[in-house]
Amino acid sequence: MKEKLVLIGNGMAGVRTLEELLKIDPDKYAVTVFGAEPYGNYNRILLSPVLAGEKTINDIMLNDEQWYTDNGITLHKGKQIVDIDRRGRKVFASDGTTADYDRLIIATGSNPFIIPVPGHDLPGVVSFRDIQDVDTMMAASKQFKNAVVIGGGLLGLEAANGLMQQGMDVTVVHLQATLMERQLDPEAGRMLQKSLEDRGMKFRMSANTEAILGNDKVCAVSFQDGSEIPADIVVMAVGIRPNIELAKKVGIYCERGIVVDDTMLTYDPRVYAVGECVQHRGQAYGLVAPLFEQARVCANHLAQLGYSRYLGSVTSTKLKVTGIDLFSAGDFVGDDTTENIIMKDAARGVYKKIVLKDNKIQGAVLYGDTVDGAWYFQLLRDYTDISDFRDHLMFGQSHLGDSGHGGQNAAAAMSDNMEVCGCNGVCKGDIVSAITKKGLFTLDEVRAHTKASSSCGSCTGLVEQILASTLGGDYSEAPAVKPMCKCTDYPHDEVIKSIKTKKLTSIRAVMDYMEWKTPDGCASCRPALNYYVIANWPSEAQDDPQSRFINERAHANIQKDGTYSVVPRMWGGLTNPKELRAIADVVDKFNIPEVKVTGGQRIDLFGVKKEQLPAVWADLNEAGMVSGHAYGKALRTVKTCVGSSWCRFGTQDSTGLGVKLEEMSWGSWMPHKFKMAVSGCPRNCAEATIKDFGVVCVDSGYELHVGGNGGIKVRATDLLCKVASEEEVLEYSAAFIQLYREQAHYLERTAPWLERVGLTYVKQHIVDDADYRKALAARFSESQKYVQKDPWAERAIDGAEAHEFKPLKQVI
Amino acid sequence: MLTETKKKMDWIEVGDIGDIPSLGARIVNTAQGNIAVFRNASDEIFAVLDRCPHKGGPLSQGIVHGRSVTCPLHNWVLGLDDGMAKAPDEGCVKTYPVKVEGNIIFLMI
Repeated sequence: MKEKLVLIGNGMAGVRTLEELLKIDPDKYAVTVFGAEPYGNYNRILLSPVLAGEKTINDIMLNDEQWYTDNGITLHKGKQIVDIDRRGRKVFASDGTTADYDRLIIATGSNPFIIPVPGHDLPGVVSFRDIQDVDTMMAASKQFKNAVVIGGGLLGLEAANGLMQQGMDVTVVHLQATLMERQLDPEAGRMLQKSLEDRGMKFRMSANTEAILGNDKVCAVSFQDGSEIPADIVVMAVGIRPNIELAKKVGIYCERGIVVDDTMLTYDPRVYAVGECVQHRGQAYGLVAPLFEQARVCANHLAQLGYSRYLGSVTSTKLKVTGIDLFSAGDFVGDDTTENIIMKDAARGVYKKIVLKDNKIQGAVLYGDTVDGAWYFQLLRDYTDISDFRDHLMFGQSHLGDSGHGGQNAAAAMSDNMEVCGCNGVCKGDIVSAITKKGLFTLDEVRAHTKASSSCGSCTGLVEQILASTLGGDYSEAPAVKPMCKCTDYPHDEVIKSIKTKKLTSIRAVMDYMEWKTPDGCASCRPALNYYVIANWPSEAQDDPQSRFINERAHANIQKDGTYSVVPRMWGGLTNPKELRAIADVVDKFNIPEVKVTGGQRIDLFGVKKEQLPAVWADLNEAGMVSGHAYGKALRTVKTCVGSSWCRFGTQDSTGLGVKLEEMSWGSWMPHKFKMAVSGCPRNCAEATIKDFGVVCVDSGYELHVGGNGGIKVRATDLLCKVASEEEVLEYSAAFIQLYREQAHYLERTAPWLERVGLTYVKQHIVDDADYRKALAARFSESQKYVQKDPWAERAIDGAEAHEFKPLKQVI
Repeated sequence: MLTETKKKMDWIEVGDIGDIPSLGARIVNTAQGNIAVFRNASDEIFAVLDRCPHKGGPLSQGIVHGRSVTCPLHNWVLGLDDGMAKAPDEGCVKTYPVKVEGNIIFLMI
């Protein structure tokens, strides 16, 4: 016989305890749940977005009835427990339902505190606690005009914002002089008030409510100073009280809440308590992260594992009002023994305050720019000594300089053990590994696999940033921060240095010299090493096809169904009838299912079988076409506009210059893909300012732009310099390409590379130092001698790598 | 005349070790689908179904390292000896018995 477990309270803390228990010991108990509300378990902290019309009730359901059925849990909805027989171990519901228990969890949550002013029980006075309250408010907003919210704390402001979104005229009444005084210092409180006022919210600060007026329903609120404001609905949001009525009645020891020890056990050894009804070490919590921690501990003891302890929580706060960024944590007020670092930019609406004691963070308030909140919170909880970077502290983690990926964005700069989702305790590393290992591409997938951002949703932006920075290029993992990969302890720069100075010309030589930890590396380091040896020793190093990603080995792009796509080169985007006819003929002859024009002014043939590739290439070669390297970490396209030969605005021959650039640089292997463009006038139709190297022609010459990127994170180029002739364009671009080829990490696009080394560095080597520029260009030209052979012709005509395209045997 | 009714497993010669590049793979077309035959750096030969358990990617096209291959589509890593996906991914791919006599590779299919 299974032991019987009864849960009183079908809310977030209680049900989370059951989920944690099911994870570690699903068969131990027969579980019965009693919930006073007539719903399944929903996400109470998302009631604000529901009120604001940003989400529906269905969006915030956490566990539907099917979940209870699937897990063999008996659910009694809408049945309130009114009594417990602790000696007989039985609970009684208001409708007479009873249940026996061996273990009991009390998770009755909290009740809103209603100020006992005259009129507080009039119809039209509501709290903001459950779905029913939200329904009442939404109904009122459709009928009436004036809403008064009593309480300028977190909950009150969220309610006020929601009612305003529903079209009501809202006044917030607050006893204190500034808003959210428990989470914000007066300065930030005033900025918050100002920005809410700008949205149309009204305030009565330092106001003492005297009475709520009305006969059969509310009509106004009056204050001690004798003034009155009209009100069709009054929301009381002045605080919550642990709901301990039941526990008290049956003699379980309570103070402000139900008192529990570090194992979440009450004074009755068969009864646990979790959530907002609990008092632990003198503290009651009303935020979700502590409740989930308590749930983990409680489940651990219910499963009789017995090693987990709850030690209390340091909490941080974010306001869930769309468009307002606000973060606070720890002791942000300070005293005589603390120091403050404060930054205020009222015009930009940014305020930051960090409270320090002995060079350790005690607390922080951020308003307007909360990107670094998670970082400060981490430093706070780890008691990190910040003296080394105290001068940069206020500017956030991306200004530290050693974050590896030079300020790409906040997410990229976070370390793997930093918490992203405070509700569910998910760290950046968990999310990144789920994305790369499980092939996740959407926010929803990340939520499903990791639970990150599935509770309050305030970290959604950060999770999206992590997705963007992790997915990066085509198939690849994000560039590694410290060691190249798990096969070595050396970072990219060390490896590159050794290859250069020790003249290591093969992957084997690098692995032997640098004492690789795996016999032959992995899918991450081998392609990098192959690139590094070829780029540094172009005449000596042997290319290793088995260390290339399949696209570069098969010289075509693998698609999800295992077929390939083929993109012939069209120099500067130019083509002609002969090429187009040849493409059309190839499509007909090989039954190629789809033909598409690419963003780089070329034509892509989709659905080619691997065995067909050499024959397809042979036909394209016949018409003079060669590989477009659309599959490679290599020069991709040089996009051009029509330029001075046709366009009435064109200042130079942009098309001709594009063809020359492409002829110079095609075939070169790069750390990552590399795109160029030439626009014939400042109208910039070729979009040269989001390319790795872009040329914008002007009447007096050519502007050279570097380090741009479209894609997941758009980055406009930086202006490198202006030159006067086409010859100079070619020399500068060759030098820039070579500097990037020699110095960037494998799979690092020019944009993050440029941000890492700085534009000044690049200018010094290419613009200021003519000798260095010429030497770079010469090295590029030298290495091009070894690679400007069409890989398609080598395979289609000369029969190279024939094994790649033929099955070993047919056994049919 | 041959009858197709009984399908008994048998050792079938598929080629020479030298036909497969070191740290590479070739495929054998069979009635049950493509089988990927791998050769690692120690000249061990492995045979698995050419379908990643994740999204059906052709494992024969992946990068081979140690006794594993990384799928080209989403970087799942599969053990060539036991067919098991490396944690935290979960799944496995069918493996086939292999023997090498002299330099000739035989598969049990």
